Amino acid sequence: MIAWHLVGTGAFTGASVSPFDPTSPQAAAIRDLFTSALFLCGGVFLVVAVLVFYCAFRFRGSGPEEPEQVEGNKRLEIGWTIAPVLVLALLLMLTVRAMNASDPPVDRDPDVTIIGHQWWWEIRYPSGVVTANEVHIPTGKALVFRLESADVIHDFWVPELGRKMDATPGRPSTIWLEADKEGRYVGTCAEYCGLQHAWMRILVVAEAPESFAAWQRRELAAPPASVGAAATRGEETFRSMACVNCHNLGSTGPKARFAPDLTHLASRSTLGAGVLSNTPEDLARWLKDPQSIKTGCHMPDTQLSDAQVSDLVSYMKALP
Amino acid sequence: MTVANPEVAALPPSSAGPAAAVHHDDDRTAFAWVATVDHKRIGILYLLTALFFFAIGGIEALLIRVQLARPNAHVLSPEAFNQIFTMHGTTMIFLVVMPTLVGFANYLVPLMIGARDMAFPRLNALGYWLFPFGGLLLHWSLLAGGAPSAGWFSYAPLSETPYSSTHGTDYWILAILVLGIGSVSGAINIIATVVTLRAPGLTIRRLPLFVWMTFVTAILIALALPVLNAALVMLLIDRRLDAHFFQANGGGSAILWQHLFWTFGHPEVYIMALPAFGMISEVIPVFSRKPIFGYEFVAGSTVAIALLSFGVWAHHMFAVGLGHRADLAFAIGSMMIAVPTGVKIFNWIATMWGGVIRFSTAMLFATAFLLEFVVGGLSGITFAAAPIDWQVTDTYYLVAHFHYVLFGGTAFAIFAATYYWFPKMSGRLLDERWGRAHFWLTVVGFNLTFFVQHFLGIMGMPRRVFTYPDLPGWGALNMASTVGAFIMAASVVVFVLNVALSLRRGEPAGDNPWNAWTLEWATTSPPSPHNFERVPPVRSRRPLWDLAHPGSRPEATPKNEAAPPDKSLVAVWSFIVSETTFFVVLILAYVFFNLSTKAAASALDLRTTGAFTACLLASSLTLHLAEKGLSRGKGASFRAWLGVTLLLGIVFMAGQAREYVGLFHAGVTVNSSLFASTFFTLTGFHGLHVTLGLVALGIMLRLAFGGDLDVRSSAALKAIGIYWHFVDVVWIFVFSVVYVRSFL
Repeated sequence: MIAWHLVGTGAFTGASVSPFDPTSPQAAAIRDLFTSALFLCGGVFLVVAVLVFYCAFRFRGSGPEEPEQVEGNKRLEIGWTIAPVLVLALLLMLTVRAMNASDPPVDRDPDVTIIGHQWWWEIRYPSGVVTANEVHIPTGKALVFRLESADVIHDFWVPELGRKMDATPGRPSTIWLEADKEGRYVGTCAEYCGLQHAWMRILVVAEAPESFAAWQRRELAAPPASVGAAATRGEETFRSMACVNCHNLGSTGPKARFAPDLTHLASRSTLGAGVLSNTPEDLARWLKDPQSIKTGCHMPDTQLSDAQVSDLVSYMKALP
Repeated sequence: MTVANPEVAALPPSSAGPAAAVHHDDDRTAFAWVATVDHKRIGILYLLTALFFFAIGGIEALLIRVQLARPNAHVLSPEAFNQIFTMHGTTMIFLVVMPTLVGFANYLVPLMIGARDMAFPRLNALGYWLFPFGGLLLHWSLLAGGAPSAGWFSYAPLSETPYSSTHGTDYWILAILVLGIGSVSGAINIIATVVTLRAPGLTIRRLPLFVWMTFVTAILIALALPVLNAALVMLLIDRRLDAHFFQANGGGSAILWQHLFWTFGHPEVYIMALPAFGMISEVIPVFSRKPIFGYEFVAGSTVAIALLSFGVWAHHMFAVGLGHRADLAFAIGSMMIAVPTGVKIFNWIATMWGGVIRFSTAMLFATAFLLEFVVGGLSGITFAAAPIDWQVTDTYYLVAHFHYVLFGGTAFAIFAATYYWFPKMSGRLLDERWGRAHFWLTVVGFNLTFFVQHFLGIMGMPRRVFTYPDLPGWGALNMASTVGAFIMAASVVVFVLNVALSLRRGEPAGDNPWNAWTLEWATTSPPSPHNFERVPPVRSRRPLWDLAHPGSRPEATPKNEAAPPDKSLVAVWSFIVSETTFFVVLILAYVFFNLSTKAAASALDLRTTGAFTACLLASSLTLHLAEKGLSRGKGASFRAWLGVTLLLGIVFMAGQAREYVGLFHAGVTVNSSLFASTFFTLTGFHGLHVTLGLVALGIMLRLAFGGDLDVRSSAALKAIGIYWHFVDVVWIFVFSVVYVRSFL
């Protein structure tokens, strides 16, 4: 099947995005169910197709004679009703097994809390780490993700690591996510949530537990003081302009939560929930005119001059 | 040409009422078409209007595919794209598929049962005109700030005012309410027609399967559309009157919308599938020269589908997180419903088996339907296995699934039906060579467009995205899908040209070009306004086959065929059942939001309302007395009691108004709390129904005083009486649930 072939070549930021490429026991359980289901359905389709083509060729005719006017056959009817029931019973058993394997009941506090916004993801850890759009997790551990929404219904979906689940305002939900091995796993919002639903990507970075712990420590550390005139000017610009009304940066300041936390912006791979890569050039483009890149997003064009943009980039690219 | 027909008076008496009898034989003026109440012309109006919207919906589809042909394209802005996919889905479902199926039903059902017209020709015309009106309302949004862009199922809270601030969603709500009313009126008409106007000998068990499926579909429509209507009014009240039915920040529930919508939405897909099954069940036997294999099973499985269809809605919500118990229950139901749906495929194959098959274009489409629909049905079964749904719902795998069942299934069946019945409607055959071209272009185009989308979905591409990143394979598959879409467009052009040219220069068809067996083929093509000169005797499911095979075993017609019930009573009971669904939803919403509050007790006055309730219930008694008076020929008694009924009803409404004013003064308005929202919605709509009843009673009273009512009986009065009693029964429930319960 073409799908298998195409799916195997994951080159975009080193990941493919397919449920058929599971890197977790939960996603693998679903993949196995899907494979079984496709075989069953494929078999049924083959039977139907063979019968239809056989009839089409074997009984084709144009003569005026009338064939035997058969009205029905009760035994045959009952037979071909029972057969699908048996096939479905088998599918049902496999389904129950996969449900338990991929989505067991949650019995503890969440390891990560994800809050969906139009059109970015807020990520919070019990340790106090706050970040956006990029989730770091340790490998080899089944983790509880709690999903909430600040506005409309979103859906958190990282196909290789687990099932998708809606993030419904007023109704938190939980799923299990686990990564067997290190890597970067791409996901996306999977419930239409408005204008920029297409650009609400998720990046899950799975690292060995020690690397993950190191990452946590870095995230909890306060950002270093700005080095160099440009960066200092940039920090001054950030703190004196409207930026702080929405973005939190560092442990001082208003701690706004309307927009992604920028404290450790430089450690992230993308901007705008995946619409841009996180390079100084792209960051400059974003700051200059976010609306032209992600129209309708809630960051207004703040009419920054080129000099201000350059300073801000100097400041932000040094936030590890 | 408009020629006054002096023979109008000589036309046979019409069971459809005097209005139908003045239809002029060959009156082809535009005005005649606009003013028609003839089911055949109304059917054709439905089909032509649906074809127009099909072109619009198709262009929307092409725009979508052009934007998605390449990754990161900028052909359409996200705003435009989101409006376009919302309009595409809404248009195709409500303005194309449903009206087309109703159009065919309208045209064919009276003919196939040997009737002269539908039971209520004027209601039929109203039902049609609500269709272009609804379509106009929906598209008016383009001129009023922008089309709706919350998707065709408009999930809350995205569809609420803070997130959909233009009027697009309001127009969407109003349009679908209007279209829904049209659909229900059509459904009631079909039910009344099939129950009361069948030719002698045409028992229920001899109904052509298309009629049977249409009949079951009509019941589904009557039960499912009101659920949608209730959800729509609640959303409209949220949006325009600031309530919070579906907004969590006001105590409402976002998933309540989903529950309500899909309780309508799942039966809706069977509303779109069953008539298609009916069409296939007519075409395949005729072109295999054999009767349908297992008529009872096909008919019986249809009923099973209709019943089960109300129990599987939450398979659209597997990703919401309702819990394993709920997920499993709906998974089981969804797998179960696959059985009656799927075994029909075997019935159709068995019909072909051993036949003498002629592959006219109609038969080509019907045969292809078998394969295409099975693909869609099987991908549907994969969705029933909830964990699979947890991965691939809301992806292009889902988009592929529903296009396979709705286009590969329903649309293919509609094409088959068109090639089959076009000769009956127009008197000319569609060109077979163009038909073949249409068929092959459709098969290639459709499968190319949508089969690759299965792969896109399982490669992780979500749906409703205006663009996508350049992941491996996504661009190529999307491009292939876009190419397929343009091939489909070409196929539609060929089809429309075929229709247009064949109307003028097609080969004359004669009465029965396919040598078929059901009653519509026992009259001219097209039929005369009154349909039949003489209805052939009906002694089996295939009257014309019997005529061609004299001496074949004649089935005994049941001797004492009971006289059919009065069509007005059938209609009012259907209407009552339909409205019951509407009120059940509003009552459930009230209970759901008021389980733990005692807000009602503080705001409401049980005693006063109890007094007004007594008045309303007494009015049922007085109406009953009025009916008794009429049946005994006591005109004065009848008029007096009817007047008292009207008065009591007005007193009740005055009491309600007084209560409302009191509540407003106390600060209890529709947006002040969920108790208020649910209370005012429930009692308000009840009040609306009372008002409609008062209008009807007022008309009856006026007729009574004008001496226009038949002395002994009036089917209309009986029907209105039943409606009035229904309104009272609803009030008993509302009073108990809202007033009495709050004081317990």
